[in-house]
Amino acid sequence: MLGKHLLSAADLTRDQALLILDTTSELAAVTDRSVKKLPTLRGRTVVNLFFEDSTRTRLSFELAAKRLSADVITFSAKGSSVSKGESLKDTALTLEAMGADAVIIRHGASGAPERLATAGWIDGAVLNAGDGTHEHPTQALLDAYTLRRHTRDGQGDLSGVRVVIVGDVLHSRVARSNVLLLQTLGADVTLVAPPTLLPVGVENWPCKVSYHLDDVLPDADAVMMLRVQAERMAGAYFPSTLEYSRMYGLDARRMALMSPDAIVMHPGPMNRGLEISADVADADRAVVVEQVANGVNVRMACLYLLLGGASSEGDGSQ
Amino acid sequence: MTSMIIRGVQPYGEAAQDVEISDGVIARISPAGSPTGSPASAAASQKVFDVELDAAGCVLLPGLVDLHTHLREPGREDSETIATGSRAAAKGGFTCVHAMANTAPVADTAGVVEQVWRRGVDADLVDVRPVGAVTVGLQGAQLAELGAMASSAAQVRVFSDDGLCVHDPLLMRRALEYVKAFDGVVAQHAQDPRLTEGAQMNEGELSGRLGLAGWPAVAEEAIIARDVLLAEHVDSRLHVCHVSTAGSVEVVRWAKARGIRVTAEATPHHLLLTEELVASFDPIYKVNPPLRREEDVMALREAVIDGTIDIIATDHAPHPREDKDCEWAAAAMGMIGLETALPIAAQVFIESGRMDWRQLCERMSVTPARIGRVADQGAVIEVGAPANLVVWDPAQTTVVTPAMFESKSANSPYLDRTFAGAVRHVVFRGRPTVVDGQVVSGEVAS
Ligand SMILES: [Zn+2]
Repeated sequence: MLGKHLLSAADLTRDQALLILDTTSELAAVTDRSVKKLPTLRGRTVVNLFFEDSTRTRLSFELAAKRLSADVITFSAKGSSVSKGESLKDTALTLEAMGADAVIIRHGASGAPERLATAGWIDGAVLNAGDGTHEHPTQALLDAYTLRRHTRDGQGDLSGVRVVIVGDVLHSRVARSNVLLLQTLGADVTLVAPPTLLPVGVENWPCKVSYHLDDVLPDADAVMMLRVQAERMAGAYFPSTLEYSRMYGLDARRMALMSPDAIVMHPGPMNRGLEISADVADADRAVVVEQVANGVNVRMACLYLLLGGASSEGDGSQ
Repeated sequence: MTSMIIRGVQPYGEAAQDVEISDGVIARISPAGSPTGSPASAAASQKVFDVELDAAGCVLLPGLVDLHTHLREPGREDSETIATGSRAAAKGGFTCVHAMANTAPVADTAGVVEQVWRRGVDADLVDVRPVGAVTVGLQGAQLAELGAMASSAAQVRVFSDDGLCVHDPLLMRRALEYVKAFDGVVAQHAQDPRLTEGAQMNEGELSGRLGLAGWPAVAEEAIIARDVLLAEHVDSRLHVCHVSTAGSVEVVRWAKARGIRVTAEATPHHLLLTEELVASFDPIYKVNPPLRREEDVMALREAVIDGTIDIIATDHAPHPREDKDCEWAAAAMGMIGLETALPIAAQVFIESGRMDWRQLCERMSVTPARIGRVADQGAVIEVGAPANLVVWDPAQTTVVTPAMFESKSANSPYLDRTFAGAVRHVVFRGRPTVVDGQVVSGEVAS
């Protein structure tokens, strides 16, 4: 069973993570058989609370909740008018009054989901859909699910799977959650970035670190490219986008260094020509579109398990 | 004037005495239980006092002096006023506080500092000593009229842009030079602004894990290093606010060994709390400079004990509830501290056996008064000394609850904690301001 909330990939034990992945497989099998909608969460209210604009993640959660027959309310509170703190509390109290069973929150401030879960404002389950530069646990779960399909035939954990994560680790919630979850599942993770884009203390994270992409590509089973924002140049993290893509971008030459069956992943949206070249993005081994599809199933599994669907398992197969 | 006797109290935790006060000064100190008044006078044992305070088993200390207090008035009276801040200070055992300049309007003119000073006189619970801004509007561009503030009725001697660092090295040099004319001191909030853009917590492994922008120790240490060299170059007095890192302690220690006229403060929260608390994402722990590592806390404690850090100062920073009732990044920085400073200092330094009460009085009363050039505060307890005193009862406890605060705000990181000991009585200018833990009004009791 899972805990009440899903705030961090660190919340998940190996067994819990595997339960989510296995549940995802089952749900995927059901939805593939043209049964697009399950009655599991009928009568439950799921709120999508998005303080940050992210259409793809919002749609993914909406679709997941709807496929489980939940009532879905979406609050898009993006923009500066609600960037001040009190609104999180006020919004939470509003949602509580509406009887939200689960709140899926995306917020620009690290720790906002934790705050929502622990400040006593609401009773429902809180699911972190990405908070600041902290975590994005469902992204890590969909990445793990995708990795498992390609390297482990969709079974068991990720023992010994070699994953290289490249780019702006410092500002990446995807990288943080992936390092935690992939380590829990036994994978062997290497972070690659210029030293300026690695957090202080990364040497104590449960992974390896390299500054040189070419060195680590030949041994990788999967290469995960992180989105790099050009505005990072203002903080002097790197001299130019050209130099960045020359040193850390994945292009055809570098892709040729990879083993033939290694895959390329990206959490999206991609900056073609910056961290990933167009020919790599469109290559057969790039599984970016599949990641998106898996994302819906993983989020269905999370909602199903968090909202107690697992205690009435019969429902799912009706 | 009030006549008063404090019975059975132990000055500095030493032998029990009866301490008589009249005309605002200590009139007599005699062994507890001996006849009062002049021993030659038979009638003296019947002497009647306006106020009698029982203090058996309690410790008598000079009234505490805070060199770093945010009273928020003018401008943010929703979080604190000079009146409520004075009550909080009295309740915490203080008889003098220094009101920081980052108000709205900023205390950067003689007019504003005189207004703050007068409000303090009106509240009449502690000496409120305004701190003057170093630069106009705290903007770091142009020196404020330091001389006018110094020669005003407020007699300003401490100048600080606290909240912001006087970052421009030339302005800092000039400020240090200029205040020599009136024996002033520049109190620096040491924070390199570029190295701390968007900073949310101490930079280290934890900030990396939590995804909160880091406030690196070097951003404090580099400014202190520069400032002590500037102070040496112009032979002026520098005070370093809220030292928070082990590295800063080393820089200050080096500067003192070199004979540089630098003093430094540490806050109770930096002496007690560590960054691990930030992992809760509860903004009650958000403060500037941020909570640091255990190693830093230990280094600060050693520095207070050996005198490298001269004083404990509260950095009392009231904020209304909504400024903490939100997500971390949106929350205001700061915590209240006047009413918990002595319990924390007693726990960290007295209960642990690392200091005696005389040494702690140096850190919390004598030296802050000297740095601020405050007459009549931080005096040795002796006949003829001004009667600014605090009576500490080690047998009681201080249970921290939102309801206990005299401060208008309750943003304390110690809620639900219990500390051994409590402030029992406070005497300000010869009359009681706190009796049995309760603030009494400005008028003479009885
Ligand atoms: Zn400060």
